[in-house]
Amino acid sequence: MKARVYVMLKNGVLDPQGEAVRHALGSLGFDGVHGVRQGKVIELDLADGTDEATVAQMCEKLLANTVIESYRVEVL
Amino acid sequence: MRAAVVVFPGSNCDRDMAVALRAAGADVTMVWHKDARLPEAVDLVAVPGGFSFGDYLRCGAIAARSPICTAIVAHAERGGYVLGVCNGFQVLTETGLLPGALMRNTGLKFICKTVDLKVETTESAFTEGYRAGDTIAYPVAHHDGNYTVDPQTLESLRDADRIAFTYAENPNGSVGAIAGVLSENRRVLGLMPHPERAVDAGHGGTDGQALFRGLVAQFATA
Repeated sequence: MKARVYVMLKNGVLDPQGEAVRHALGSLGFDGVHGVRQGKVIELDLADGTDEATVAQMCEKLLANTVIESYRVEVL
Repeated sequence: MRAAVVVFPGSNCDRDMAVALRAAGADVTMVWHKDARLPEAVDLVAVPGGFSFGDYLRCGAIAARSPICTAIVAHAERGGYVLGVCNGFQVLTETGLLPGALMRNTGLKFICKTVDLKVETTESAFTEGYRAGDTIAYPVAHHDGNYTVDPQTLESLRDADRIAFTYAENPNGSVGAIAGVLSENRRVLGLMPHPERAVDAGHGGTDGQALFRGLVAQFATA
């Protein structure tokens, strides 16, 4: 089985890289980009039957830094 | 004082740290990240700067889950001293020994220069060699030194006098211009600037000496 983990900076945490991307889009002439948030997608190839709670533990313990990041798990 | 300097793959300030500690009179042992135990009767563990594990995933994230870090956390919980500089500070926040996190500098650039710091508290073994309000110069060399902490924790850090150093001019966007913070028991210090790169006239400055001498003196008088 496969799972996909989305890690994003929490709302309210300033994202300097996202801001830089937003400026770059503006300078390419794309108007109306009000905000860009940059995150990570992590794909996991797991033993069949791994439950979502285990994947959540992986996120809590390593994949996300919950001080600044939130995560979402998608089992594929 | 017995000190251990941790070496991760990608550490690059480990030997500078050992030189600085030895110059202050410490007995230093280098410790490999795969070691599950610290040397006997270690008083201080220093987590050096560098790019442990290539900064993969997040700065300090992989290092913080290495076997030696379990031992470092146990050492801190027993009341042992821990010093984390630059990547070492990132590692300590990732282990949870220090609050907050270090994000990409707001200017997005890697910053490598000597900066002025204000000594915010002298109430720690790390800072008692300074006078409160002193301005001292340490080099910084980081891409991810933007200290972030939630407003409630920031307030509690301020209330408990746990902010050790602030930048005279905020180079990286850190909340409250924070350059270094102490643990609740004041025995764990994490800071982005490099005191070990300011301990010899050849470095261009010696303002870091007082930090190492203060630490060593702590054990000389004990």
